[in-house]
Amino acid sequence: MDDGQPLFRWSWVVSNWDNDSPNSIVNLLQAHIVMSAVPVIVGLLVSLPLGLLCVRWRWLYQPVSGLMNAVYALPSLALFMILLAVTGAEPVTVIIPLTFYAMAVLIPAVVDGLASVPEHVRQSAVAMGFTPLRRLVQVELPIAVPVVLAGMRVVAVSSISLVSVGALIGQGGLGNFFTDAYQRDFYTPAIAGIVLIVLLALVADGALVLLQRLLTPWMRARRSA
Amino acid sequence: MITFESVTKRYADGTVAVDGLSLEAPTGEITVFVGPSGCGKTTSLRMINRMIDPTEGRILLDGTDVTTIDPPTLRRGIGYVIQQAGLFPHRKIVDNVATVPFLLGWDKRKAKDRAMELLERVGLDPKLAQRYPFQLSGGQQQRVGVARALAADPPVLLMDEPFSAVDPIVRTSLQDELIRLQSELQKTIVFVTHDIDEAIKLGDRVAVLRVGGKLAQLADPRTLLSEPADDFVRDFLGRDRGIRRLQFVATDGLELSDPADTSLDVQDGRPVGWRRDSGELEPAGTFVPGRDSLRSALDAALLSPSGAAVAVDADGKVLGVVSRQALDKALSEVADG
Repeated sequence: MDDGQPLFRWSWVVSNWDNDSPNSIVNLLQAHIVMSAVPVIVGLLVSLPLGLLCVRWRWLYQPVSGLMNAVYALPSLALFMILLAVTGAEPVTVIIPLTFYAMAVLIPAVVDGLASVPEHVRQSAVAMGFTPLRRLVQVELPIAVPVVLAGMRVVAVSSISLVSVGALIGQGGLGNFFTDAYQRDFYTPAIAGIVLIVLLALVADGALVLLQRLLTPWMRARRSA
Repeated sequence: MITFESVTKRYADGTVAVDGLSLEAPTGEITVFVGPSGCGKTTSLRMINRMIDPTEGRILLDGTDVTTIDPPTLRRGIGYVIQQAGLFPHRKIVDNVATVPFLLGWDKRKAKDRAMELLERVGLDPKLAQRYPFQLSGGQQQRVGVARALAADPPVLLMDEPFSAVDPIVRTSLQDELIRLQSELQKTIVFVTHDIDEAIKLGDRVAVLRVGGKLAQLADPRTLLSEPADDFVRDFLGRDRGIRRLQFVATDGLELSDPADTSLDVQDGRPVGWRRDSGELEPAGTFVPGRDSLRSALDAALLSPSGAAVAVDADGKVLGVVSRQALDKALSEVADG
């Protein structure tokens, strides 16, 4: 860094905000959102049925969660490198490992969420004459929502953070600014990237909190009771 | 009418929960299953709505074997109340009560109207309708549980220790409420409890079950207290069986004497108290002949210094005084059977 260089140059932000480059701030922000949101959504869609299977057949849960924890333990960079040979330097190479990480958190969240349904509530649903499917959709899943959403919050924030590691294979969303800054010895893109990633994480987390408030008005009743 | 025909429930590990149970729960009456834990009372109850299926024997609901009816359909026609109420925490009270009407596909408006009507019927403030279960006390939740069970007006009501998780004062008021409701509705109720006093208070018929799921005795409460079938039933009934028997003795025939001949102070027809020699007033215990039992009359007498009980009418006006001699006479008649 030259002594005269300011830590942050607004002019860089202005000129890189939305130019034609694929590495403009807007484009990378979009890519970042897609690469972090898809794993959370796909992860949830896959974890729901898998979690239900694990509840239905209890013996399945240990092997499934063991496997998912093993996957979770694999460093993301190593997974990106392995997948690079198969799927190439594409967003999907980042999305696939992050989806597995999401599942590692969300499958237990679904299982724990369903386990949080009190036994007397389940029993009374049976006794009222709910069919098993209707009981799942109208009683058990709604009651599981707070636990599942708590898992979603962890997954959303960690995905947003982990996407930036993809910069090492050229698919890091805003993380690309880190490699750029490092290579050019120019801090402005790195600072802009960090700020935007933190903001993105805050917005995503806030949106999930809002969603939880909308979906579970009865939880507020519980807190105030 | 619910009929158990030599019903046995044996689990895979060989445990026998219910052993050759045969009995009838008559239409419009409360039949109580009572016994210590492990006597199979809850298992027996749950076999009625097929939450458990019997290993041997049949259960008939108005002549139809319940195992021939698809469980959800069967259950929507049978009200069910459980210990912790089992309300759905994510649904408002009104929607909790309307659960079965919703399942039966009633019009939304009609289901909610019905729910509001029932809340009032079980003695709850309609303002509670828009609250969530967590905002209600245990006793209120249990009332909602009863309202929910009654929502689709099922002829049969199954109650599994519904009042045992609430404190004794609330429990008493819930029991009284059930008796009042039953006098209006005349449902066929099967009620499970481990509390013999509750069984005797609520039951038209009481089935005492012993550990291992065998029926020890089936009788109306009065017969149960006066003629327990064996030592197990006698022990289970407990120590003050004799006193509790008085609960079933009417007080119509008690001889009343003129209060003017006693030290009872009466003002405007109402009893003020017993006047002691020192001039102090001692509150007078009262009972209503015809409505209250001999147990209440005896209780009133034991609390008064003279040992006499004051008989009042439903408005609290003095009818007369039952002397200790008159009570003795009534008690010895009971003892003579």
